[in-house]
Parts: sequence; structure tokens; C-alpha cells
Amino acid sequence: MAQSEQEILEGLAEIVNEETGLDTASVEMDKSFTEDLDIDSLSMMTIVVNAEEKFGVRIPDSEVKNLKTVRDAVTFIAGAQS
Amino acid sequence: MTSNRDRRVVVTGLGATTPLGGTATETWEALLAGRSGARTMDFDWVAKYELPVTFAATIATPPIDVLAKVETRRLDPSSQYALIAAREAWADAGAPEVDPERLGAAIGSGIGGVWTLLDQWDVLKEKGPRRVYPLAVPMLMPNGPAAAVSLDLGARAGAHTTVSACASGAESMGYAIDMIRTGRADVVVAGGTEAAVHPLPISGFAAMQALSTRNDDPARASRPYDTGRDGFVLGEGAAVIVLESEEHARARGARIYAELASVGMSADAHHITAPEPNGSGAARAMLFAVERADLSPTDIIHINAHATSTPVGDVAEYNAIKRAFGDHTENMSVTATKSMTGHLLGAAGALEAVITIQSIYHRLVPATINLDDQDPEIPLNVVTGEHQKLPDGDLAALNNSFGFGGHNVALAIRSI
Repeated sequence: MAQSEQEILEGLAEIVNEETGLDTASVEMDKSFTEDLDIDSLSMMTIVVNAEEKFGVRIPDSEVKNLKTVRDAVTFIAGAQS
Repeated sequence: MTSNRDRRVVVTGLGATTPLGGTATETWEALLAGRSGARTMDFDWVAKYELPVTFAATIATPPIDVLAKVETRRLDPSSQYALIAAREAWADAGAPEVDPERLGAAIGSGIGGVWTLLDQWDVLKEKGPRRVYPLAVPMLMPNGPAAAVSLDLGARAGAHTTVSACASGAESMGYAIDMIRTGRADVVVAGGTEAAVHPLPISGFAAMQALSTRNDDPARASRPYDTGRDGFVLGEGAAVIVLESEEHARARGARIYAELASVGMSADAHHITAPEPNGSGAARAMLFAVERADLSPTDIIHINAHATSTPVGDVAEYNAIKRAFGDHTENMSVTATKSMTGHLLGAAGALEAVITIQSIYHRLVPATINLDDQDPEIPLNVVTGEHQKLPDGDLAALNNSFGFGGHNVALAIRSI
């Protein structure tokens, strides 16, 4: 079931909030996970695994390093769902 | 053994989260009121596993009421309790200004992150390795609480974890004294933590018949020295103190609760769980503490005993006290605060050190509850009924802690 990018963004923001305590509103498309949101690699792995479950997709470990911004993650998840 | 009090170590902050209250002060007030922290557990796993013991002294204030949600997610409960107690102690000490490289942390735990360990084992079995939480290892490691406190306060002189079962919390305070005495630190945040109200430790303790099974009357189950005692009541929580060199504390005009004058330690090398019946190992620990505090045995007027309410342990501790103090035994008032708090395992020694410090500072000894019929084999001068007022003038007291493995730790506390 494909979701809109906005739906994916909102779902991802909830996951980020749950793991890091960051406000969901701060999770914006152009934000970098490491530079802007200060998310470390351990938290990123948790976010990835939770995103796999939430969105019904598989995000290979080799792909994680390419997910630099929130938009990168949303785009990848949308592509994987379609 | 020589004294080394040329650099005296004083207590300037207290913190605790316990079955009796969410702070050291709430806990102290409950102790003076003679309240029990034991209650029937309402967790679904009690019935699910048909546990033979259905009560425990569970924490009074859930961490979620105190910590940020993300902290409760990323820290094992044992670290959460330690962090809560450490923050309280730090604030109580007036958040001292100290060079981070002169600030240490020493937090003991008996069991470590047992909740994380077993929850994540379930995740592995049910969902596979990819779903295991990436923070599982730092959450379950026994030094997690010391690390969490060190990170939170920016303590860089060293972060240490003493592990000696039910003596862990007291041993960490002994370690902290040494850090200050040997010049490694000016201020150390020290204590113990435990979060083991979990079906596995409960089943293990029950299997060895160490726990009271007074399921129909939890508040009366922990009854040290009573002829009806049938085991300890499992508790949880943390207690932490701020220790400083006296020089450092005086220079900043800090309120000083008491002097943590010394630690005495020994090992029984007798049996993995049973105490040495004649108490010689525990007696040596007490006498070391007395000597290193520049005291004579007759100077000790009060003992906060280990006294867990087990049939064997309470007698062994009496034998040790009698062996160390001889005829002076009857002059000392003794209290067994586990009658109210339950047994916090790796936090027990730390909590009872906090209580002994409060007793010296307020000159009040909380009464032991549930002592209806004192065991004739334990003729100690136990404070019961009303709390006891301690006299004016110089005071010195001991706090005993013993752990599975034969660990004996005695802390000497002096008024200031």
C-alpha cells in the first residue's frame, strides 16, 4: 500500500520523536539526520528498523549511509512501497 | 591498618528514589512514620508465571513521572533510578562548581540491566537479530548507571562500578572515599541502584527460599529479628550521595550532613551465599571501619544493620556485631530499615548509608517495624515503636552491608 510523501514524513517524524525526543515539527524534508537533527548512528539504526516495520519496506544496511536527509528517507520509502 | 583522615571526606548531598518515596526526604519521612513499602504486585507476569511470591517493595514514583520520555526509552530502569537519585543529590548539594576532571562517579549495582537483557532476548527469539535494540548492550551492562551519571554531570575523573551483590552500593561509597583520599577527585557522586523486580530474579531468589512468602500480608512480611521472619522482601530503587573533600566543601560554604569517615571491607571465603556463622569476616570489616575512622569500638552508638529478615542472616550479623563489640553491643541502638524499605540488593547499602547519614544529621533513628517477638538468639538493642533521639555531641555510627559471595562492607559515619 503506497502512502503519500506527506504521510511518510509524518510517520517518520513520529518514529524520530519516539527514539530521540525531538519535536515532530523539527523533522522537515531538508533536514540532515546527523548535521541538523544530531541523530547518531545507533539511533539511526533504530529509526530505520522501526521505519521498516511501520511502512512495510526493507531498507538494506548498505542503503542507510545514503539516507542523509529526511527527504532521502521519505523518497526511498515511497519508492520501496510502490 | 592505619587511619587516613588527613583528607576528610564529607557528605553534602543526598538523593534517593525508593519504595517509600521519590526523594530522599520523602523516604526519610516515611521511615519516621513507620510505613512499609511492600505491596502486592499488579503486573500480569505474576499470575502468568505463577510466581510463588506475589509482592515486592516496588518503586514509589515511576521514572516516567520524573525523566524525559526519551531517557526512559534509552536507559535501563537501573540507570533511570540512578540518574533520578544522582540529580536529586547533585541539586541538594547546591550543584557544586567543580572542574569536571576533578569530579567522579561511582555507582554500584548487584544485578545490572536485567530487564533489558531479558526483554531483548525475547525480541531476538520472536523477531530476529535485526530487531534487537542497538542500545541493548550499553543498557544492560552493569556499568550503565555509572556511565549515565557520569555523562549527565560531566564527571571526568572516573566512572566506576562496584559489583558485590547486596554490598555493591556501600562498596561504591568506599571506592568514592578512596578516590578523594588518594587525590583523584575533589567531588564524587556515589551510590547504588537496582531494578530487579522481574520474574527471573524473583523466581531465583524464591527457588533458594530467600524470599518471604507472606503473600497475604506484604506490609508485615519484612520482619528482621522477629521469630516469625521467613525471608527478605525484594525492593528496587537507587540512593546516591555527593561526597567532597572537606576542604572543597568548606571553601564553597556547603551544608555538610556528616563525615563519611571510612570503609571497612573483608571477604568470608566461606560459602557462595551463606554468611560465616560466627561472623568473623563481618566483624573484621566493622573493626577496620572503626579503626580507620580514628574511633574506638565504644565510640559507636548506633548501627544501621544489614538485617534482611532471613532466618540465618540476621543471626550471623548479630554474632559478628557481638564478636566485634563485645559488651558494648548492648549500648548501641540498632535499626533494621529493610523492615520498611524491603531489600534493594545493590542499592541497599547506599540507601542505608543515606538513612544513617540522615540519622546522624537529624539525630534520630527510625524504628524497626514488625518486630513483635524478638528472636532470643539476637539480643540486640533494637529501636522499635517510636524513633530514637540521639544525644548531643559527637556521634559515630556504622552501616553494615553484606552480599552473596561473602562480601562484607561497613561504612563509618561521624557527625561534624
